[in-house]
Amino acid sequence: MARTLFDKIWDAHTVAKAQGGSSLIAIDRVFLHERTGAAALNRMAEMGRKVLDPARVFAVMDHIVDTRIGRGDGTLMQGGEGFITETRAACKAAGITLFDVNDRDQGIVHVISPEQGIVLPGLTLVAPDSHTCTQGAFGALAWGIGSSEAEHAMVTGTLRLERPKTMRVRFDGGLGFGVTAKDMILTVIARHGAGGGAGHVVEFAGDAVKALDMEARMTLCNMATEFSAMTGIIAPDAKTFEYLTARPYAPADFSDPHWQTLHSDTGASFDREIIIDAASIAPMVSWGTSPEHTIAIDQKVPEGPARAHDYMGLAAGDALAGTSLDAAFIGSCTNSRISDLRRAAAILEGRRIASSIKKALVVPGSLGVKRQAEAEGLDKIFEAAGFEWRMSGCSLCFYAGGEGFPECSRTISSTNRNFEGRQGPGIRTHIASPETVAASAIAGAIADPREYARSREAAA
Amino acid sequence: MSAFPQPFTALAAPLIRDNVDTDMIIPSREMRTTGRDGLAEGMFAPWRYTDADARIENPDFVLNQPEYRDAKLLLASANFGCGSSREHAVWALAEFGIKAIIAESFAPIFRGNCVRNFILPIALPRDVVEHFAACEVTIDLEAQTVTSDGATHSFDIEAEAKQMLAHGLDAIDLTLTQAGAIQEWLNADKPARPWVYLEHSR
Ligand code: SF4
Repeated sequence: MARTLFDKIWDAHTVAKAQGGSSLIAIDRVFLHERTGAAALNRMAEMGRKVLDPARVFAVMDHIVDTRIGRGDGTLMQGGEGFITETRAACKAAGITLFDVNDRDQGIVHVISPEQGIVLPGLTLVAPDSHTCTQGAFGALAWGIGSSEAEHAMVTGTLRLERPKTMRVRFDGGLGFGVTAKDMILTVIARHGAGGGAGHVVEFAGDAVKALDMEARMTLCNMATEFSAMTGIIAPDAKTFEYLTARPYAPADFSDPHWQTLHSDTGASFDREIIIDAASIAPMVSWGTSPEHTIAIDQKVPEGPARAHDYMGLAAGDALAGTSLDAAFIGSCTNSRISDLRRAAAILEGRRIASSIKKALVVPGSLGVKRQAEAEGLDKIFEAAGFEWRMSGCSLCFYAGGEGFPECSRTISSTNRNFEGRQGPGIRTHIASPETVAASAIAGAIADPREYARSREAAA
Repeated sequence: MSAFPQPFTALAAPLIRDNVDTDMIIPSREMRTTGRDGLAEGMFAPWRYTDADARIENPDFVLNQPEYRDAKLLLASANFGCGSSREHAVWALAEFGIKAIIAESFAPIFRGNCVRNFILPIALPRDVVEHFAACEVTIDLEAQTVTSDGATHSFDIEAEAKQMLAHGLDAIDLTLTQAGAIQEWLNADKPARPWVYLEHSR
């Protein structure tokens, strides 16, 4: 029978079927981070429980680490240092590989896992972080779990799950000029709702997905969680295997016939299918407080929940383009990889951000990305434009109680969540692609990146 | 940890808003230690306090009203618990004393976290949930019913989650009863997918 990629991975990992319809699913990789890692490991130790196979569990310091140059364990977050030192001690005691604060390969969990070749096609991978779906870009079944589930996965090597439903989101045709993977996923959420993917594993497919490079595919899968999906997944292809070959934890080659089986069979049926014409997608910017409150940059704010209008200070009928801004942020597991930084830098080169922008940060997704960007001189472009250049981490993607944006700032951000207070109390977040962030920082107001990119092309 | 209390009757505290995310339930800045305790005070801080640092209460917030200060049953609406996967949100609710949440729908990770911490998540249509506001509600886990004002509604829950909630069972212990099957699966998988099984630690 024709099966989907999800079906193949699920079936291959089914250890046992329990009464009542749930299954015991084998877990190949677990990632922890310092925000919850110590809590999980310490509780396991208290209960006298051990990690079943420490070589397949990894931890990283990313969520609350300081991102200012010259950092140590200290962080601006109250009590933050304790999370770091306790996680370090707990990882050591459990024999888990840790990418520590200043390890040369440190970075945001979902950025470094692919960089290190820890995620592989066909694997199951979990982490107590909702954006674990990012790693589905490699054809792995990768999803976010809670901290108790992480303990369960580490101790037993399995998780108990109900089989999710399947959905395919097919993007036909090609993307227009200046339109990115970020705009693709925001379009899906804007058109089908923040709850649209609930209960489903979403396979992204179609010509526009095949055309994306691996980094853009990660951006696409990253926001599957904002669509309420269990996760997103993309079938591996030559680009996937090429990306992973010779990475530290990946196999030396992908010649085993197994790798060629990881795709949805022709005729495989999905519980739901959504088809989107890629050419109909424009650069997208959120106007409200849910990722579904997102519109094409040239549209007017629609009628939405009163709370969202109040919080964002935008009324129905207001134009989004031209809305003045106080801050800009490029970073997060959505858009902080080298290609994101290159595209933002291409817009910023030789330009300066508006004087009304009080804080502008670029936070590379990993120290590896940072080194690469510096080798290409991107750091200089960002700094000349007025952005601060940082160490890697989650940084102001979320507000942990330490560093923040100036009070009540209106911020354009390459992140994934525009919830009330996500980037700090009263902060109004507009999510968009890195190029839209760059163009808007220059304008000091929400701006269409295509105009900036076009004028650059015309000049060249 | 304790099982879901039976019989259970409580006054339903209405917090009927869509898309309440886990950062609203427990803001990141309220998570000050690596442990699971001391979170209840910071729960819903942005709504519960007019000044969170000074803990000055907002009298309009539902859980600050006298009849709900010890609420055991919370009503919510669509996509409750969305956003960050932080289990602290559920730990905070549990520490506060919440035993059950009736909502139009739950974010999946949050729902799983509820079960693991013995909070019963019940999904019912919005009009039913709204009808429960400020009412005495009785939940029968065994029969999978919610009753209020003489009207009874059935709810769905997976057999295993029900078992865990009813008996206060720890999920890990439950799974370890199948340790043999897990080992067999690993023995068969290792030669088939050797790349999964890493040797080196850095
Ligand atoms: S970058 Fe943001 S969304 Fe990604 S893992 Fe860190 S906090 Fe979460």
